Amino acid sequence: MGADAHIAGNSLPFLRVCGLTKHYVRRSGIARKRIPIAAVRGIDFEIATGKTLALVGSSGSGKSTVARCVSRLERPDAGQIWVGDTDISRLGNHDLRSCRSEIQMIFQDAVTSMNPRFSAAQIIEEPLLIQGRGSKEDRRTRAQEIMSEVGLAPNSADRSVMEFSGGQRQRLAIARALALQPKLLVLDEALSGLDLSTEAQITNLLLDLQAAHSLTYLFISHDMALVAHLADAIAVISAGRIIEQGPTAQVISSPNHPETKALMAAANAFQKNYADVLGGSR
Amino acid sequence: MASVFNDDLVQIIDLTISYSLPCSAPVRAVDHASLEIHRGEVIGVLGESGSGKSTLAAALLRLLPPYALESGSVMFRGRNLPTMTELELRTVRGKEISLISQDPALSVNPVIRVGDQISEVVRAHLAMNGSKRRQHVEELLRAVGFDLPRQIYSAYPHQLSGGQRQRVGIAQAIACRPVLVIADEPTSKLDASLQAEILALLCEIRKRDGTAFLVISHDPTIFPGLADRIVIMYAGQVVEEGKTADIFRRPLHPYTQALVRLSERYFASVPGSHARFPAINGEAPDLTRIEGGCRFEPRCPERMQVCTNCDPRELTPEPFRRVSCFKYGS
Repeated sequence: MGADAHIAGNSLPFLRVCGLTKHYVRRSGIARKRIPIAAVRGIDFEIATGKTLALVGSSGSGKSTVARCVSRLERPDAGQIWVGDTDISRLGNHDLRSCRSEIQMIFQDAVTSMNPRFSAAQIIEEPLLIQGRGSKEDRRTRAQEIMSEVGLAPNSADRSVMEFSGGQRQRLAIARALALQPKLLVLDEALSGLDLSTEAQITNLLLDLQAAHSLTYLFISHDMALVAHLADAIAVISAGRIIEQGPTAQVISSPNHPETKALMAAANAFQKNYADVLGGSR
Repeated sequence: MASVFNDDLVQIIDLTISYSLPCSAPVRAVDHASLEIHRGEVIGVLGESGSGKSTLAAALLRLLPPYALESGSVMFRGRNLPTMTELELRTVRGKEISLISQDPALSVNPVIRVGDQISEVVRAHLAMNGSKRRQHVEELLRAVGFDLPRQIYSAYPHQLSGGQRQRVGIAQAIACRPVLVIADEPTSKLDASLQAEILALLCEIRKRDGTAFLVISHDPTIFPGLADRIVIMYAGQVVEEGKTADIFRRPLHPYTQALVRLSERYFASVPGSHARFPAINGEAPDLTRIEGGCRFEPRCPERMQVCTNCDPRELTPEPFRRVSCFKYGS
C-alpha cells in the first residue's frame, strides 16, 4: 500500500499490523447455532517509533477490537502483529508476559479498569508485582516517581481510587500504564467523556510523555478535531475495514471516502456555527 | 417582576442547594444561583463536572434527593415549585417540563416496547383513546426523524442504536408539548456525527413548537447555533451570563475566557502540530472545603489580592450580561 511508506517515514516501524482479522461468535436459535460475525477484516497499518497513529471511526466500526487485538487482550483469528521483529499475534500466555511490558492499554472509563479497594500506589505497583520487578521498597519508590511525573501528588499515594476526581483517575491510569516503561500505549477513547479543561490537561500530559520517552501511540477516537491536533497519521475505519489512511494533513485537507468526509463535517460543524454566531449579530 | 410574568417561564432566585449526608461534610452543589428562562428560548448551561449544573436541573424537575437542603425560590409560570405537593407536581412533570437525559438506555424500561413507553406519558397527561394515542405516538416518532415509525414503535430499547434511543428519548420528552424541555448532556454519549444530528433536531423542535430548552453541557462547542444565551457555572456558582455571540466574542470571566480559548483550539492548530493546548491549570475546588474568596482564584491567571479574601459580587457591565469577577469592579 502506497500510503504506508509515508507513515513509516525514514525510521523502521515500531508496530506493523498485517491483515488483522477478528470474528466474534453469536449464538442463535434453540440449537444455539454459532454465527461468526466479522468485527474487523484485513486491517493493515504501521506506526513508526515515537509517532502517533489515530484510528478514527464511529461506534461499532471495530476500532476497539483493533485496540484489544494489538494489546493482545484478544487473540486475532488471522493476520500478524509485528512489534519490532516479533509477531505477537500467536503468542501464548507465557510468552505474552514479556511483551505486555512493551505494550500497555489505557481505557476510556478509568475507574472501571481499577480495583476500587486499591490505593493509588497499589494500582501502579500491581503491574510491577506481576512482572516481579524490584523489591517492595523499589516498587513504592517507582510508584511515587511516576505519580509526580503524571501530575499527581506523591503524598496521595495511599488514598483510595474512589477519592480521586475523573481527571486524576485518568492520570492514575496513565501512571499504571507507564509503570513498566512500555514503548507503545494503546489509548482507547482515553479522552472521551472528560471535561474540556481536563481533556486539555491530559492531552498535554500525553504529548509531554511522548516527547520525554519517545512513546509510540495508537490513539483510538471518534473526535476528528482532537485527532487532527495530535496525530502524525490517521487511519479511518468503517464496518471493520480501513477505508482511508495517510498523513494527518492529507486526510484532513482532502478526505476521499464519504465516511471520512462525514467525520470531518461533524468536526467542522462547530467551526461553521461559531463563525455564523460571531459574524451574525454585530 | 409581575409585568414580565407572561414572558417569563422560569425564575430561579437565589437558589442554594446543599447535599448533607451523615457520613460526609455537606456539599453546597448550587450556591446562590439565579436564572431566568423566557418563553421559547434556548438557554445553555455550561459547566464542568461538579459545577452544579445537573443539580440545577434536578431542582427544576423537583427530583432532588431527600437529603438535599434548599433555600431560595424556583418560580415556574408564577408558581413556586418547592412549595408544591407531589400530586400537584405530577401535572407539571412530563406535561409542562420534561427531561431529555444523557443516556436514554438507562432511563427506559428494557422490557417495554419504546412506543408503549412514549404512550404512557401521553396517557398520563392527555385525554386520548387508544387508537388516537397510537397515532399520536407514531407522529411523534416521525417528527424526531424516523421514516418507519410503526417499526420503531414496536421495537425494544436494546434493538435500537444509541442515536435512535436518544431520538426516542426526545420523542418522549416532547410527547405532551411541554413549554420547557431540560436536556442534560443530550449528546455527550454520542459520536461526533450523531451529535450534530441530535442538536439539529432540538433546533427544529424549538422552531416548530416554540418550546423553551435548558441545555446542560460541559462542552461549549455545542452552543453556537443552538443557544440564545449561555450561563456559565463554576463550583456551584453562576460566574457569567450573556448572549451566545457575546460570550464567544468577548468572554469576560477568566474561566469563560479559558474555555473559549480551548474550544477555538481545533481550528487554530496546524494538523499534527503536537502543540500543547492552552489548558487551565489545577482542578475545581473540593466543595466540602469552601472558604471565602473567588472560587476560581487558585487557577486564575489574573488573580489579585482581593480575590483571595472577598467573594466577587455579580456585576452588570453591559445590558444582557452579568459576571462575577473583581476585574470589572467590586
